[in-house]
Amino acid sequence: MAYPAGFKYTKDHEWIELSGDRGKVGITDYAQAQLGDVVYLELPEVGSTVKAGESVGNIESVKAVSEIYAPVSGEVVEVNAALKEKPEAVNSDPHGSWMVVIKLSNPGEADQLLDVTQYSDLVK
Amino acid sequence: MEQATDTPLKKTPLNARHRALGAKMVPFAGWEMPVEYSGITAEHLAVRERAGLFDVSHMGQIEIAGSNALEAVQRISCNDASKLQIGQAQYSGLLTEQGTFVDDLLVYKLANQHYMLVVNASHIDKDFAHIVEGITPAGDAVAVNASSRYALIAVQGPRAIDVVQPLTGIDLASMKYYWFAHGEVAGVRATVSRTGYTGEDGFEIFVPPQMADKVWLALMQAGEPVGVIPCGLGARDTLRLEAAMSLHGNDIDESTTPVEAGLGWIVGWKKESFVGSDVLKRQKAEGTTRKLVGFEMIDRGIARHGYPIVSGAEQVGIVTSGTQTPYLKKAIGLGYVPTALSAAGTELEIDIRGRRLKARVVPTPFYKRTK
Repeated sequence: MAYPAGFKYTKDHEWIELSGDRGKVGITDYAQAQLGDVVYLELPEVGSTVKAGESVGNIESVKAVSEIYAPVSGEVVEVNAALKEKPEAVNSDPHGSWMVVIKLSNPGEADQLLDVTQYSDLVK
Repeated sequence: MEQATDTPLKKTPLNARHRALGAKMVPFAGWEMPVEYSGITAEHLAVRERAGLFDVSHMGQIEIAGSNALEAVQRISCNDASKLQIGQAQYSGLLTEQGTFVDDLLVYKLANQHYMLVVNASHIDKDFAHIVEGITPAGDAVAVNASSRYALIAVQGPRAIDVVQPLTGIDLASMKYYWFAHGEVAGVRATVSRTGYTGEDGFEIFVPPQMADKVWLALMQAGEPVGVIPCGLGARDTLRLEAAMSLHGNDIDESTTPVEAGLGWIVGWKKESFVGSDVLKRQKAEGTTRKLVGFEMIDRGIARHGYPIVSGAEQVGIVTSGTQTPYLKKAIGLGYVPTALSAAGTELEIDIRGRRLKARVVPTPFYKRTK
């Protein structure tokens, strides 16, 4: 599966699709393949604040639970409640399955993230 | 499973086959094993609905032979091996003097004065040492670690018989559950046993390691009309948990006894003394303070091994196994709780990473196949 060119990526295998001062966050195809069948998502409350690199939720596959790390700092302004009802979409459409929208408190942080070329090299 | 980083992993004779099939390989009990091929859910459902093929060659085989072999087995295995006929197997425990599990195992009666014990991969050396020590007083009986002589392939699922029967002259339909026979499978000398660890009908096929790949390929081919698929350790774990079969290291270990684990049926109560029998008989007479129970999550969340079980203000127990099961589509688990809280219907809470979520004690197994 190709990694979208417009996204930024973390070394922990999250992606963020930035739009102005907001970004949709999900996990990459590589991450979902490592996890296996996703069965549950634990997502934060709207209005909570997160710091870059800290946990913004948990994703559970049949076999294990993993943290979802915030690519950037800011406020959680949206949570994908529909995805919680069909978490298996993370496997079938990882780059379309956003989990939260973060309003960036420090937009400069996004520059530290990997671009598609760097990320593709990382998971090669 | 903890793994010393510099110890090379052992490989089963089917290692190359798993890689060729695109399996995700993981370290398990010192072995490099397939955890999944097409995905745990798909593999789990295949076994519930059709058939799945598992490489379980990492399991250990310890043979005990000699004129006092029965006495030897009776000392170290908690079930009553005198009930076995030639060609019959039983589930049992290898216990400490405290009545706790060194391991769980299957005991096969191969012949008069000749038994085979099938034990967990991670404990082969420990079990062997324990057995050698335990059988010494029995007299003429020798234990041999025969693990390297066998590859083991499990075919599990309601259609398992349709996968294996075309390849063997053994009449599988007349083979009863927990019985076995010697013969050929795909032209290879084999022992076929109607046993498994999935809660389904199925067979476990012991073959010489060098012939394992030939038998695997023949089973895949014979199983094609049925829709057989290769399955990994991931599905094996979710399948056994739905069937509430204990996993040593999780649900039973050297701190828990068969009585506490609800496994009184694998204890030969009429036997004379055996390793651990004093404690078990006392527990049976007096009751135990805790019990292994099955539970279902009421709140949304998945309990995992090691999570605290809470009632009121305090921790009362611990989750030993837990997952979201692919077939029942429920979050279920096993755990030890005080006997007073062990009745079906009792509400408990599980501390899931700091959140207390409601669960309910339910009867086990969670899943029982229709015959």
